[in-house]
Amino acid sequence: MKYLLLIYSNPENWEHPLFLRDPRFLAMPEHEREELTRQAESMHRETTESGELIIAAALADPLATKTVTVRDGVPAATDGPFLETKEQLAGYMVVDCDTPERAAEIAASVPDARFAAVEVHPIMGTSGEEM
Amino acid sequence: MTAGDDDIEDLLRRLTPQVLAALVRHHGNPETAEDAVQEALLAAATHWPADGVPGNPAGWLIRVASRKLTDRLRSERAGRRREERIAERTPPDELLAPPADTGPRDADESLIMLLLCCHPSLSPSSQVALTLRAVGGLTTAEIARAFLVPETTMAQRLSRARRSIKAGGARFEMPPEDELPGRLQVVLHVLYLIFNEGYTATSGPDLHRPDLTGEAIRLTRVLHRALPGDGEITGLLALMLLIDARRAARTRPDGGLVPLAEQDRSRWNAESIREGVELISGSLARARLGPYQLQAAIAAVHSEAASAEHTDWPQILELYRLLEDVDDNPVVTLGKAVAVAMVQGPEDGLQMLERLDADDRLSRHHRLHAVRAHLLEMAGDLGAARSSYWLAARLTTSLPEHRYLEERLARLNGC
Repeated sequence: MKYLLLIYSNPENWEHPLFLRDPRFLAMPEHEREELTRQAESMHRETTESGELIIAAALADPLATKTVTVRDGVPAATDGPFLETKEQLAGYMVVDCDTPERAAEIAASVPDARFAAVEVHPIMGTSGEEM
Repeated sequence: MTAGDDDIEDLLRRLTPQVLAALVRHHGNPETAEDAVQEALLAAATHWPADGVPGNPAGWLIRVASRKLTDRLRSERAGRRREERIAERTPPDELLAPPADTGPRDADESLIMLLLCCHPSLSPSSQVALTLRAVGGLTTAEIARAFLVPETTMAQRLSRARRSIKAGGARFEMPPEDELPGRLQVVLHVLYLIFNEGYTATSGPDLHRPDLTGEAIRLTRVLHRALPGDGEITGLLALMLLIDARRAARTRPDGGLVPLAEQDRSRWNAESIREGVELISGSLARARLGPYQLQAAIAAVHSEAASAEHTDWPQILELYRLLEDVDDNPVVTLGKAVAVAMVQGPEDGLQMLERLDADDRLSRHHRLHAVRAHLLEMAGDLGAARSSYWLAARLTTSLPEHRYLEERLARLNGC
């Protein structure tokens, strides 16, 4: 089963990895910061090697985001994201795992989950059972 | 001997486990052996259509694969002195499978290979991938296509699986007698997962996905040949055949799902049904009952009904009661609730479903709500049926199921 993990962050300045710039991260004792960084790296390695991670990407600063709408057949592009929120979409991952619990476990290992949030969206599949 | 490309492909796939097993048995390193076998298969696929299929195709493949293996080991001289010496000391002929009376032995080797690929130390998705690669003979690209993931992701999954097997010290041999039943359980589960992955309403872009149901049936046949007396293996094979028999009737030309009750039974595959019914009847008479046999028996009752109205629901209910005794899980209860509704009326079925609401495994699962919707519709409570269809449609993560549930909802709204 595939899941889209949306990683939200609330950065002061947009420089990946964003959590390294989060004031709450910077306020943590050094050994905790190291532990968190190590945990994030090890999950990335682990999911790559296990063949669970399909793609992961960091997004550009929302300043570069354009929102495109088409109204009455007329397309319009405005600057900035569609949803005006304090937390911004900072990156995403697509994982293929055996259980929803595993997807949640991967999400929890993303450091931004501590400071903002990671959403886990199941991706619709094309297999179906007759009923 | 002349053969078309399709025949050659079939032949190669049939021979792959035997060739791989011969090399692994001798060399003991599945990863290197598998690469060598793939090269040999490629050579065969290139040469045979032009030059004709050799008299002993398995021998040809084993000879070429062991030569490739030796080449490989030679080129890894620095790090691998020891293996190289062993491989070079071995005359290639020793790697050949014995001719003529190879039947039972091939079956045994395929069985050992299946047990190895479905090693309990691996995750289910790794077991599935490795089984398709090493026993099914599918390429990494084909498996990746089947599971709609990039080839690199699938390659990672496979190499991790091989490493885990090696690290776990698994050997190419039969597990001890007392472990065999448990290990076989895992193999059956993996084969069923492969079957279900392919058991799909497909059209358009999915046409190029490999046929996983066909592959699962083929592999289960291999297993059945190795252990013909095992009731659960027979049961799983029968179950797959009986479900697969409905394939043509299960989807509309536009890809929409057709429920069992509304399928055009003249489009069911009579030959698959005949074989499935024969297998399960024989097994029920002889073997110890298990969940796959009982599910196959239920599928057989459906298959034998001339129309949905003629379905022998009391017999199905009895089979569900037996199934609950050997495999008490909420999905079985769901099936039983439908049977209860058909025999005793929808109210009794609905009452059974109430118990499942408290079950965490099922309360947010679309199937519970889809079954409830169906029973509410039967009972004439259309308002409540609508809410349940609506909830089921929102909970499913399958596009064809979602569409089916929306259609049921629209049908009710039109009432």
